[in-house]
Amino acid sequence: MQFNNFPLSPPRASNFAQEYDAIFYALVALTVFFTLVVGVAVIFFAVRYKKGTRADRSRPMYENLFLELTWTIVPLVIGLVMFYFGTSLYVKMRTPPKNATEIFVIGKQWMWHVQHGNGVRENNTLHVPAGVPIKLTMISQDVLHAFYIPAFRVQEHVVPGRYTQLWFTPTEIGEYHLFCNMYCGTQHSEMGGKVVVMSPKDFASWLSEGGQSSAPLSMEQAGAKVYNKVGCANCHGAEDTLRAPSLYGIYNKRRTFADGTSLIADEEYLRSSILRPYDHITSGYGQTMPVYEGQVTEEDVLNLVAYIKVLGTSTAPPPTSNINRHSASAVASGTNESTSLATNAVQANTDDPDASPTRRTGSPAVGAVAAEGRNR
Amino acid sequence: MSAITNPMDHGHDHGHEPGLHHQYEDMAQQSETYIVGMWSFLVSEVMFFGALFLIYTLYRWNYQLDFYIAHEHLDVKLGAINTTVLLFSSFTMVMAVQSAQLKNRINVMRYLAVTVLCACTFLVIKYFEYKSKFADHLYPGAGFADDAVKAFGNHALENGHVAVNMNHAQLFYGLYFGMTGLHAVHIIVGIGVIISLIRLWYNRANTVIHDYVPTEMVGLYWHFVDLVWIFLFPLFYLMPLPR
Amino acid sequence: MSSPAITKGELKNQPQNEEVNYLNVEHTISSWLLTGDHKRIAMLYLVSASFFFFLGSIAAGLIRFELTSPAGVVLESETYNKIFSAHGIIMIFQFLVPAIPAILGNFLLPLMIGARDLAFPRLNLASWYMFMVGGALILIGMIGGGVDTGWTFYTPYSSMYSNTQVTLVLVGIFISGFSSITTGINFVATIHKMRAPGMTWFRLPLFVWAMYSTSLLMILGTPVVAITLLLVVFERLFRLPIFSPELGGDPVLFQHLFWFYSHPAVYIMILPAFGIISELIANFSRKRIFGYHFVAFSSIAIAGLGFLVWGHHMFVSSQSMYESIVFSLISFLVAVPSAIKIFNWTTTMYKGNIRLQSPMIYAIGFLGIFTVGGLTGLFLGGTGTDVHLTATYFVVAHFHYVMVGGTLLGFLGGLHYWWPKMTGRLYNDGIAKVNAVIVFIGFNLTFFPQFILGWMGMPRRYHYYYFAPEFQAYHIMSTLGSSVLGFGLILPAFYLTMSLINGKKSGPNPWGAHGLEWETASPPPTSNFLEIPIVLDEVYDFDPVSEHEQDMKDLDKWESTTDHQSFPTEDHH
Repeated sequence: MQFNNFPLSPPRASNFAQEYDAIFYALVALTVFFTLVVGVAVIFFAVRYKKGTRADRSRPMYENLFLELTWTIVPLVIGLVMFYFGTSLYVKMRTPPKNATEIFVIGKQWMWHVQHGNGVRENNTLHVPAGVPIKLTMISQDVLHAFYIPAFRVQEHVVPGRYTQLWFTPTEIGEYHLFCNMYCGTQHSEMGGKVVVMSPKDFASWLSEGGQSSAPLSMEQAGAKVYNKVGCANCHGAEDTLRAPSLYGIYNKRRTFADGTSLIADEEYLRSSILRPYDHITSGYGQTMPVYEGQVTEEDVLNLVAYIKVLGTSTAPPPTSNINRHSASAVASGTNESTSLATNAVQANTDDPDASPTRRTGSPAVGAVAAEGRNR
Repeated sequence: MSAITNPMDHGHDHGHEPGLHHQYEDMAQQSETYIVGMWSFLVSEVMFFGALFLIYTLYRWNYQLDFYIAHEHLDVKLGAINTTVLLFSSFTMVMAVQSAQLKNRINVMRYLAVTVLCACTFLVIKYFEYKSKFADHLYPGAGFADDAVKAFGNHALENGHVAVNMNHAQLFYGLYFGMTGLHAVHIIVGIGVIISLIRLWYNRANTVIHDYVPTEMVGLYWHFVDLVWIFLFPLFYLMPLPR
Repeated sequence: MSSPAITKGELKNQPQNEEVNYLNVEHTISSWLLTGDHKRIAMLYLVSASFFFFLGSIAAGLIRFELTSPAGVVLESETYNKIFSAHGIIMIFQFLVPAIPAILGNFLLPLMIGARDLAFPRLNLASWYMFMVGGALILIGMIGGGVDTGWTFYTPYSSMYSNTQVTLVLVGIFISGFSSITTGINFVATIHKMRAPGMTWFRLPLFVWAMYSTSLLMILGTPVVAITLLLVVFERLFRLPIFSPELGGDPVLFQHLFWFYSHPAVYIMILPAFGIISELIANFSRKRIFGYHFVAFSSIAIAGLGFLVWGHHMFVSSQSMYESIVFSLISFLVAVPSAIKIFNWTTTMYKGNIRLQSPMIYAIGFLGIFTVGGLTGLFLGGTGTDVHLTATYFVVAHFHYVMVGGTLLGFLGGLHYWWPKMTGRLYNDGIAKVNAVIVFIGFNLTFFPQFILGWMGMPRRYHYYYFAPEFQAYHIMSTLGSSVLGFGLILPAFYLTMSLINGKKSGPNPWGAHGLEWETASPPPTSNFLEIPIVLDEVYDFDPVSEHEQDMKDLDKWESTTDHQSFPTEDHH
């Protein structure tokens, strides 16, 4: 329900929501009813029996066992009825079905790591398929957190040192709030994200594509990104310049060096030129290229090499483009290594899962004990 | 409300009954009130120690073997001596209270003095116990895992590891120092209170000469402290080997 | 020997035409700081607890201000977190728990039962010093950087991760807790043994029953949280591995121990207010409380059952499903005695002879607000419904309804009612009545939107909510309401203080109420009564019919004069 700026109820997006809301609104009705009963009675009496009014005050009532027992037993019964409904919902919430798909969650200050069964990881987002029971198995890396999805009506603490669980079946496609709901330090209120419910088909393809909502990058595309990122494009352009030779069409051509020797520009040569350019300085140039050993990873090198191989050809991706183009061949060939490498290259996930921002200083042994703790 | 004035109430003069405080009508009321107050206080102390006993019980239930191995380094002999000393001090305290009821001032002071001596003996023995634990690094702190390992050397397994979980052993010693330490604090406070009581008797103060209840209140406190030790001793020192 | 009605100091320095009472019997600072007089100690608590309330309110104002925008206004998150922690710690430990027992309970208990003082006056003074020392440590901790753990200090964040003044503040709370325990001991002994002749248990004012139940909770519950917080300090200082998993401890154990006290603590906060409401409704309806026995026993029932429900704060903590179900069942049971009270109070007004002076306005406001607050507790006591609502603004709204709308309204009603007794002055009831309505309106504007926020899923203890900007409208509503509420809470400071300066002097019984406290001077002499009364009947022996007849006569007389005072003259009965 939405009334401009005053929403009155959260979305219903899980198997629990309908039953939950029924109980909730029943309690609202109870609250309104009894508040009105008490409020009206009090105001009525205050007016009618105010000092100076000519109401009948004879035979005032000081005790009445029947009334007392009535409003002892009736609230008791109402309470027990609400207890029953609340409990039956709770038992369902705490009893995941055996066929539920398991997804793992790690909470840490101050983000959520989600890990799907096939290895796909995501941060601060949880993709789930509609209509499928999902069981989250959760643990904290540091302090207490809580995984809370209001639209699903579910919540459970995420505790360090033990696994906790919560389960649900999403029922509506869409995106919903995910909040951390146990105070955990400075950025507690920023430890949120979203739950994305997709149709089972979309979810399956999302999952198999390594968890990208768009297609993964090919190695050439990944290489193009690195090429721009670490500065190759600044010097190596389409034409030879005073600064640097062009790399267009370099692959498998013979390369002559300043000392008169020469080599075929194969993958090995390309790799060593990136990491240690002064092993072979191209003739006509001096020691101007920066050394990239230690600056780029082997994956980067593989991707760069792939890109350089197609530089100057019609299939080369534009050097400054960040657009992810669906590379059907890469997916169809089932080259998981390349896609996961590409994934890693794209995900600039520099968070160290072992780092903990607020760990108190002065306890050097903590890390050691922590490691032991996790291994137990 | 219907009330009439009390013809028995002397208003503001109680015939100078010594030791009677102004808010009380007579000594009987004062004595009974003191007893109710003292028992209420002891109930709060039971809850205070009780939480610690609960924590101890939960962790020992979960880590029975580790607690057993850790406890082997406690000195049962010294603990037993302390138990005897404290039980004896409870006896002398009972005798002191009886002497107070019989208004036997000299005996009260004698028995209270012996009680204090026993309490001091208890603390001295405790000091030596703690000292040896500290020497073996058996106290909780940042270095426990490394330093205390030597103490458990004879539980070493072939691969060089010890069979006891160092965290759990540290927990045992943390509880040991926490609970016996809290108990020792109560002993020290008790010594102070008993010494004050001796001084009151020595000076023939009205509070104690005419009314044995203050002495009895101190006695109640002392018995409580003794009782806590009666639970601590078997729980920490006399552990049976877990199956 | 008992103290005479006139002490040494009374003979000099006193104006000849002014009666000697506990306030003017001595003026030196040491006569206040070393007093054994329960009435003076109550005044010491009044000033100090009000000071803490003022500090806690400033924190509340900052919180509400900051929440008007999803990305905050002026504060960093770290500061915001420290401010909500300060708000909770100061309000709960230094105001809500001690205020009614230590101010009104201390002042009234001996008077209501016909005693000259509490059982242990020096222990009473020591209580106040523990309250002050503990409070001072807490404030020093706040000034020294504060804590950012929330008032609940959950581990392992509080014991192993937070880099704030946790140790200092916890030690302060530990010491302040002893103030609670000693007050409880004092009250239990006093009520058992120092009632005037003829004052049997069932002739006691219901406020005394409330004080008794509260004292049981204070004695039994406080030591548990005291030792628990001390253990957190030890875990911080000595790495004692109790509550932290990486050392082998159990963080959920902390929660069990913490809530074992902190749930009874909320009953410590509300039972005294229940006692006040009984007094107000009976005396301003000129009628015996309907169902006296049920109301008296319901206080005891709440105290007893209140110890068995702590796990309802932990339904999603990973405790077992069965534990949760048991705690939920008992939680529904403990709601029943409170319902009984509400119905009994309402029925008391039936065929009463009601005066709508300011204390009664507070009482009526209480009835409405506490009903909502109590019923919204049912949402949280049920496991299934709690799963969605726990740790959201729904909980925040619920507990503010019962603690502010309940305890604070009760306190204000009682303060106004017994103000003439404690100070000997009459305040302007016209302003006070309007103020009560302002408080009622401001309160509901502030906290009702928070129920909706919680239902929508807004978590508590959130500085930013930019993930969910749709919440902003309700936050702004709530903040606007809090300005109204704040105004309503500041105003009594002014008109009550003004009454001390130029208020009319009060007689012994300006309300025409029943109770032994009204049968001695306002303010009472140090020894409370010239002569200890003998009690022949129960306290609320009003006769509404004859009173009504008298009222009609008085009304005719009043209407025929032009001298309309803002305060009633002594009613006759």
